[in-house]
Amino acid sequence: MRRVFLVPLLLFFVLAAFLAIGLTRDPREVPSPLVGRPAPGFQLPRLAAAGPEAAARFSPSDMKGKVWLLNVWASWCVSCREEHPVLLELARRGVVPLVGLNYKDGSADAQRWLAQHGNPYLLSAVDQDGRVGIDYGVYGVPETYVIDQAGVIRYKQIGPISAEVLQTKVLPLIRELQKS
Amino acid sequence: MTPELGHLALILALLVALVQGVLPIVGAHRGTAAWIALARPAAQTQFVLVAIAFACLTAAFVANDFSVLYVAQHSHSKLPVVYRAAAVWGGHEGSLLLWVLMLSGWTLAVTLLSRQLPQAMVARVVGVLGLVAAGFELLILATSNPFERLLPAAADGRDLNPLLQDPGLVFHPPMLYMGYVGFSVAFAFAIAALLSGRLDATWARWSRPWTTVAWVCLTLGVAAGSMWAYYELGWGGWWFWDPVENASFMPWLMGTALIHSLAVTEKRGIFKNWTVLLAIGAFSLSLLGTFLVRSGVLTSVHAFATDPRRGIFILSFLIAVIGGSLALFAWRAPKVGSGGIFAALSRETLLLVNNVLLVVAAGSVLLGTLYPLLIDALGLGKLSVGPPYFNAVFVPIMVPLLVLVGLGPLARWKQLDARDMARRLRIAFVLALIAGAVLPALADRWSGLVAFGLLLAVWIVASTVFQVRERLKAGFPPLSYWGMHLAHLGLAVTVIGVVMVKNHEVEKDVRMAFGDTVQLGSYTIRLLGVKPVDGPNYMAQRGDVELSKNGQPLTRLLHEKRLYLSSPNPMTEAAIDNGVARDIYVSLGEALDATGSVWSVRVYYKPFVSWIWGGALLMALGGALAAADRRYRLKRRAAAGEAVAAVTTGAAA
Amino acid sequence: MKRFIERCLLALAMALALAMVAQAKEALPLAEDEAVEQRLVAIAEELRCLVCQNESLAGSHAPLAEDLRREIRSLIRQGKTDAEVLDYLVSRYGDFVRYRPPLKPTTWLLWGGPLILLLLGLGVLAYTLRHRPKIEAELSAAERTQAAKLLEL
Repeated sequence: MRRVFLVPLLLFFVLAAFLAIGLTRDPREVPSPLVGRPAPGFQLPRLAAAGPEAAARFSPSDMKGKVWLLNVWASWCVSCREEHPVLLELARRGVVPLVGLNYKDGSADAQRWLAQHGNPYLLSAVDQDGRVGIDYGVYGVPETYVIDQAGVIRYKQIGPISAEVLQTKVLPLIRELQKS
Repeated sequence: MTPELGHLALILALLVALVQGVLPIVGAHRGTAAWIALARPAAQTQFVLVAIAFACLTAAFVANDFSVLYVAQHSHSKLPVVYRAAAVWGGHEGSLLLWVLMLSGWTLAVTLLSRQLPQAMVARVVGVLGLVAAGFELLILATSNPFERLLPAAADGRDLNPLLQDPGLVFHPPMLYMGYVGFSVAFAFAIAALLSGRLDATWARWSRPWTTVAWVCLTLGVAAGSMWAYYELGWGGWWFWDPVENASFMPWLMGTALIHSLAVTEKRGIFKNWTVLLAIGAFSLSLLGTFLVRSGVLTSVHAFATDPRRGIFILSFLIAVIGGSLALFAWRAPKVGSGGIFAALSRETLLLVNNVLLVVAAGSVLLGTLYPLLIDALGLGKLSVGPPYFNAVFVPIMVPLLVLVGLGPLARWKQLDARDMARRLRIAFVLALIAGAVLPALADRWSGLVAFGLLLAVWIVASTVFQVRERLKAGFPPLSYWGMHLAHLGLAVTVIGVVMVKNHEVEKDVRMAFGDTVQLGSYTIRLLGVKPVDGPNYMAQRGDVELSKNGQPLTRLLHEKRLYLSSPNPMTEAAIDNGVARDIYVSLGEALDATGSVWSVRVYYKPFVSWIWGGALLMALGGALAAADRRYRLKRRAAAGEAVAAVTTGAAA
Repeated sequence: MKRFIERCLLALAMALALAMVAQAKEALPLAEDEAVEQRLVAIAEELRCLVCQNESLAGSHAPLAEDLRREIRSLIRQGKTDAEVLDYLVSRYGDFVRYRPPLKPTTWLLWGGPLILLLLGLGVLAYTLRHRPKIEAELSAAERTQAAKLLEL
């Protein structure tokens, strides 16, 4: 058997191997280039009914010195409801402060949603026009960032955080960061 | 009851397919006449069973049987009957059933139209087709059963995707699948040849009409898809190099290479191994396309809902079929020698170059389509490969091919006479140069790309016209001659359409109040009004627009923005005034004020866009003429065929 | 009296119609600035809409696409070059957002592939041409007899 005739078969096997690996990947998951870079700065109003809190503004630099989570959410987002119990549990345990970024939402709707489903956030910053979201490379809601004491983004979760992801990826990372 | 009947029919079809796949092939190998004779009845029974299954599914759709899960997912009681029937192939499970129906249909055709072929050969061909059918039926029954019940039954269905509620759905998938699946016959012939060790010019003659007809269907199917996208999506695009589009284009490129290679093998008895490999390749790309579209490895607007389990099954099937055939090729091909003398400059060589270019084109499209997957699998990040890449890579490969189209038909077998060809073609060449220089100047601005494109297209047209004129002096040529030249002309027409539209189209995005006008060259478009209108399963805003040219009113166009019951996203139904030399395309946007008297409207001037599909139609007609050539229909040749084949194989040994 | 009223109404209707026609004008472009819009379309056609299943940023109606187009418009107005606009998006969303893959080591195979394939194909072609049989296969004596017999048929 002349070996050149084996070439098509070999090429096909290489292709099949890649296709097989491809089955395990999700083509729609886009890794963030912001991981390992400082969290983009912003100054946004807080989500609050009225009073002095409503007038105050939030900036990521306010959280310097602490490991914290930035969770992008909205009242119109269906998947956010999926991860909400996980966030509430996380807040209850008090492991790490949770800051919400209310993305392209109406304040009244947002507040009503929190009142109805529970509020795990220390506070929520209001990103009405989505500009801050763009700076953070947000393309789907919900998304969650783990940010360290120096203000550097260490991890980005695309889509809802499941209990499994929390246990296997997020909590270990937070613990490691908090040690240093 | 009917769905269960359909399900049963499909299970029986699988059993029959297994019989059809195994016994005739073993019988042909052993010389057992009874098993060889099983091929025809088995294939015909399979067709009947699959047709019953398909009919049962269609009945469930038409009768609004929402206790069938697939029907509930893709239909709705208010959906017009035509679309309820077409919705059968609107989703993954049903479209696989359509695949199998097409496959068993082609197999039936083979059994009916192959009386003059040696029965052992037919047995092998039908056997291979049976094995492929069995694989698909197993896939359907194991992972994608369209007859699965939904209990309790849904009150109403989720409705067919609004984008699919269109005549295009009735025509495009069936035609596309007829083409895709049709290459399985060429594949089966190739495998049969490898199995029997009998690979000669006669084999090529048998294969050729089947391959050509499949190619014709695929050409029409791809063109229909492009045309459908053009008027359905509302933004005037007609090709996006989307993975699913590529999945149908790659088999087309390979198929084109195959029909040219078959021509050489038939005429000269050479390139046999290469032709067999191309036949395996074309069908493999069809199967690969099926995998890509349904497994979730690539993102695409066309992709079906994905399920990794299906992906694993299809991939295993792919490995079995393609891996098996390539292994068979590696084992048997060397035994089949390749004779044939031809000069370095000859028609054979030119056709080889044609093959190289087409296969490289198909390979490049494959590379671009799979590259994101490749990079991701290697953990090197995520990449997008889109139209800018494909356009940059595909066009340069096509250019030399277009030049060859004008030269090839004139080249002689075994040795071409370069000086003679140059003498006969020099006027055509000069005409092409003039056309390239002058014609673009007639447009509002001269463009180098247009000049080059027109040069190539006119080169093909002029060269064809001169050749035909000369040939007619020697008598009326056979149908295949006309077919070849018509198809080549069709290609030139498509090139003109593509080049003109891409370089001279005009788009304007404007805000219009009632009575406002917008200018597109010498055309004026006036928005007369927008009023609400109700359809069977949608609510719409219908815009009424008057189109005039140089002040003379031409026609009124109606375009809509539809909100279907089932989907929150509005859909645009553009209004198009089709013309031979241009399309005027009007698309309604959103209301820009609360009262609905000011609207955003998008208008396009698309010169020569219909030539893209007109050219494809000519190509398909050309192929049909070629397949209809008398020499494929001669039945008296049966006995002589055997004798000729015996001598040819004897001499080549 | 009735006819007088009819005539008045008719006149009124005509006047209104005339007023409407007089008001109808050449439609204004939707975009505020044609030049900016043209640059936007040119840039956006090379970019991917991230929330869609394979659509360009230019054509997509998704809310994120509209936001990003708005950002690009403001960047263009600020005087940024095409490269700077691309950079802005890539630094936030990664290379995935570009439909034209950038030329870097991971894409050498992609951009070079077609050329390599072509050279390979032509190379194989040249090899095949060089090694094709030069002499017609001679028939053996037995084969000559066989051929003669068949030709007598």
